[in-house]
Amino acid sequence: MNSATVFEKSRPGRGTSFISGHATPVCADLSPKALRSAPPRLPELTEGEVVRHYTNLSRNNWGVDVGFYPLGSCTMKYNPRLAEQIASWPEFSAAHPLRPVRAAQGFLRIMYETERILSRLCGMARFTLQPAAGAQGELCGMLIIRKHHATRRDRRNTVIVPDSAHGTNPATAALAGFKVVTCPSSDEGLVDIGALKKLVNDDLAGIMLTNPNTLGLFERDIREICYIVHNAGGLVYYDGANFNALVGRFRPGDMGFDVVHLNLHKTFGTPHGGGGPGSGPVGVVEKLEPHLPVPLITKGPEEFELEEHRPLSIGRLNAFAGNALVIVKAYIYMRLLGTAGLREVSGNSVLAANYLKQRLSEVYTPSHPGRCMHEFVLSAERHKNEAGVRAVDIAKRLIDLGFHPPTMYFPLTVPEALMIEPTETENLETLDAFVDALLQIDREARESPEMLHNAPHETPVGRLDEVEAAKNLNVRWQAEPSANTSHSQDASKRKDGQ
Amino acid sequence: MSFAPHTEEDIAQMLGALGLRGVDELFEELKATLPPGDVPEVGQTGEFELRRQLWDMARLNGRPDQTPCFRGAGAYEHYVPAAIPQLLSRGEFFTAYTPYQAEVSQGTLQAMYEFQTMVCELLGMEIANASMYDGASALAEAALMALRISKKRCLLVSDAIHPQWIDVLRTYTANVDAEIVSIPAREGITLPAAVASAIDENTAAVLIQNPNVFGIIEPIREIGYLLAEQSALFIVAAYPTTLGILASPGEAGADIAVAEGQPLGIPLSYGGPYVGLFGTKLEHVRQMPGRISGAAFDGKGRRGYVMTLQAREQHIRRERATSNICSNQALCALAVTIYLSLIGPSGLRTVAEQSYSVAHRLAERLSALPGCSLAYDAQFFNEFVLELPVSADDVERELWNHGIISGLPLGRWWPNHKNEMLFCATEIISDAAIHRLVAAMEEALS
Amino acid sequence: MNIPDDLKYTATHEWIRHTAEGVAVGISDYAQSELTDIVFVELPETGRALNPGEEICALESVKAVAYVYAPVAGTIAAVNERLTKEPELINQDPYGEGWIIRIAPADPEKTVDLLEASAYRQRLESEG
Repeated sequence: MNSATVFEKSRPGRGTSFISGHATPVCADLSPKALRSAPPRLPELTEGEVVRHYTNLSRNNWGVDVGFYPLGSCTMKYNPRLAEQIASWPEFSAAHPLRPVRAAQGFLRIMYETERILSRLCGMARFTLQPAAGAQGELCGMLIIRKHHATRRDRRNTVIVPDSAHGTNPATAALAGFKVVTCPSSDEGLVDIGALKKLVNDDLAGIMLTNPNTLGLFERDIREICYIVHNAGGLVYYDGANFNALVGRFRPGDMGFDVVHLNLHKTFGTPHGGGGPGSGPVGVVEKLEPHLPVPLITKGPEEFELEEHRPLSIGRLNAFAGNALVIVKAYIYMRLLGTAGLREVSGNSVLAANYLKQRLSEVYTPSHPGRCMHEFVLSAERHKNEAGVRAVDIAKRLIDLGFHPPTMYFPLTVPEALMIEPTETENLETLDAFVDALLQIDREARESPEMLHNAPHETPVGRLDEVEAAKNLNVRWQAEPSANTSHSQDASKRKDGQ
Repeated sequence: MSFAPHTEEDIAQMLGALGLRGVDELFEELKATLPPGDVPEVGQTGEFELRRQLWDMARLNGRPDQTPCFRGAGAYEHYVPAAIPQLLSRGEFFTAYTPYQAEVSQGTLQAMYEFQTMVCELLGMEIANASMYDGASALAEAALMALRISKKRCLLVSDAIHPQWIDVLRTYTANVDAEIVSIPAREGITLPAAVASAIDENTAAVLIQNPNVFGIIEPIREIGYLLAEQSALFIVAAYPTTLGILASPGEAGADIAVAEGQPLGIPLSYGGPYVGLFGTKLEHVRQMPGRISGAAFDGKGRRGYVMTLQAREQHIRRERATSNICSNQALCALAVTIYLSLIGPSGLRTVAEQSYSVAHRLAERLSALPGCSLAYDAQFFNEFVLELPVSADDVERELWNHGIISGLPLGRWWPNHKNEMLFCATEIISDAAIHRLVAAMEEALS
Repeated sequence: MNIPDDLKYTATHEWIRHTAEGVAVGISDYAQSELTDIVFVELPETGRALNPGEEICALESVKAVAYVYAPVAGTIAAVNERLTKEPELINQDPYGEGWIIRIAPADPEKTVDLLEASAYRQRLESEG
């Protein structure tokens, strides 16, 4: 059974005992109302069965370790093994977050040094390492902007977001209580300065930008954009998802940004984990330092300390100090590469992207002509019109040819978009093989499009019916097959009960 | 050491295809606009040398696995079976991305589905998401969800919830139309009567943590009965290990249940990465934040899994999304899934019983020390507050000199509780460790 | 692209039909094809008052969400309950069984810009 769940493999009475059980039922002195009436229905398997089950699941997964993973805006680079090894040392992994500060100097020193390096890399005055992911970093940044204006008794409620922005930007702005206004892009794919000037008023709290933007293009008017926003009294926020293109060479602070978030799981080589954990440190210019969340790592006269009380801080984002083990891994990455290595990262990632764009542009339509930075977007609109082949068909066929697809249908401003980010850790043979695969797909689009419409052919499951999955919701396993699906609309009629 | 594979020949070949002579030419436009970054001088360090340097830094943390730790307060040291780190180290799991391409991500998606199922079982809820960042942010998101559903503005929050979780809740609700009103927890417990007198027609939700920050078991079933007559939503934050024995939030009538999943197979990690568990009723599925994996069929009738109901999420709903969350804590959620598969229902019960038993033995020994007593009478699970005759900070320092991490001095959170210490014990605390602690305490108190 | 001549349309791709029971509202064939398979309709409550251009409800597909806006002022007289279990009706028969709500109109002058079928068709062509 290919996709049998761990529950279906369970048998009553199976299991491994990891610690010896207690002879007497110790909770006899608890009132029955406090107790559970039925045990949770967790699976019962031996260690061997569990290991086999999850090992087999992993073999249905694609990772950077498996092959090329050119997801635009995700920076799927190689994850160094030294970082994994060191993070597993008990000195790091077994440390309680509330242990006395004097007993955590190893961690605090690493976090302090990381903070210093990131501040200098970005041209910011200070960083917080608290946010657990990029989106939480964005929230942190937007709350700081709000606090800044509130402290000056300046009521500003609007945030501008480009139409090419990643969805987390407007979602975060709304979470921070702002009204979101979208700024259109010019034909060149950059922020339309004329349109921006019309949107700017004294209700503007700030603007959220990525540079290079989600099309992989450098916003060359960035200093003017920052000037326009600053002039109106707003602040400028940098979404660091694309920092791989600039790291070690240019700094967001020099462009005029006031707040920066970075994704350690993108630019700084910590693993993606199948969807986390990440880490989203946030840096600010000096005037915004008082608003950073608590706790902040500081260097005292004798040791490193955690500053918990800052009167103008936005407060706490995390129960503890952030994703400490992820930060340790990023620190190791930065120390392995050094400044010279980080320059190679931006240089080689931009070179690889341009190489691919150049070779693919003969047959595919780039969203915008000319040079790109570390990623670029192709549009399959022409393939759709001429051969009825869409971006999703090209993506799925790439799987058959041994590649993970690029990002599809993002940014929203490009029809049938495929966003490709090779990163700096892919060798030339892989890049060339990827080009060859896409050229083959282009031929197939003209000669045998059914190959594409029915792709992928080689995987354990083919294209799944997402429409039925959404209408007949099955999001947990239950013992009786008929009980497994519940019409998601039935839910609104039901009141209670499992 | 760099991980870029490009040799000089490779670079020359790529530049040749582009008609360029140097990589720097690709940055011409930027150089025209920006000054060169004044970046820090960080040297490249080889793996062997760096490992040695990190070892020196690590030693500044002491040897945590040789330093008995009697602290909980949101992070609990339970035994992590050896198979977990082994399985997580498979590159197909940890170097994968979010499973947007379902056909090549069935490992991640099926594990998510299994995780969701186990979270439902533990919390006693109908549906669950694929994880949040941690328990604290899960509670904050639960509160935001309750505000959206009820369209009311008042959140009743028990004073006995972990104060750092309440801080996170305040940060998340600072800019929405909401008010946080505290429910007093005299004697360390949140009484149904206290909840009843605080509720009114503006109440969006009541938030309770069980066991609470003092380790005390809250009367969640009674509070649930009370709230069944009201329109306010019932939100319960649980300590998942205790759910091998204690009533689940679902059994108590919770509308939304959250938990910090760290005790289930994730090492202490100095606070992160952890994992937030989040479950709710099926009728609220469209208001639930976070990713969801759902079962689906392909053209050949084969069953697989996809991310479903994505229209709730940021990449589709944008500023009207249920949350801004994108990356969650997938690998940590996988650790929890494997943990629960390994220990099973009886193993979970054993861990809970052992933790309860060791903690009660510890409480007995400590409260017998001169001048010491338990601060509260109410039933506790595996944490308790000990009142000392002297400053808890002083005792903490003394015990550290003995190589022991004491209970948590509560003066840091409540200035007039400077003589109180929050102790925790789990199944990993040995009799020898207790003995060592008691001896050190005796010395510290004399 | 099916654009019946006997209906009027809005710039936001709704259609209206005057009936004895009120003004029926749905989304056009173009809108449903852009949205692709609709999986969920968040039906509004009857009795709710609407101003022209006000958001009525959301339509979800697996990859997008679209909002339906009130073409005329009035109160919601009826909603198409069948859409709860069969949201695909909007895709299959957007002008017939896929109707979404019926509005009991208030002031007949209070509407958004309403387009004749030919004007709507032209608009779609120019938008490309």
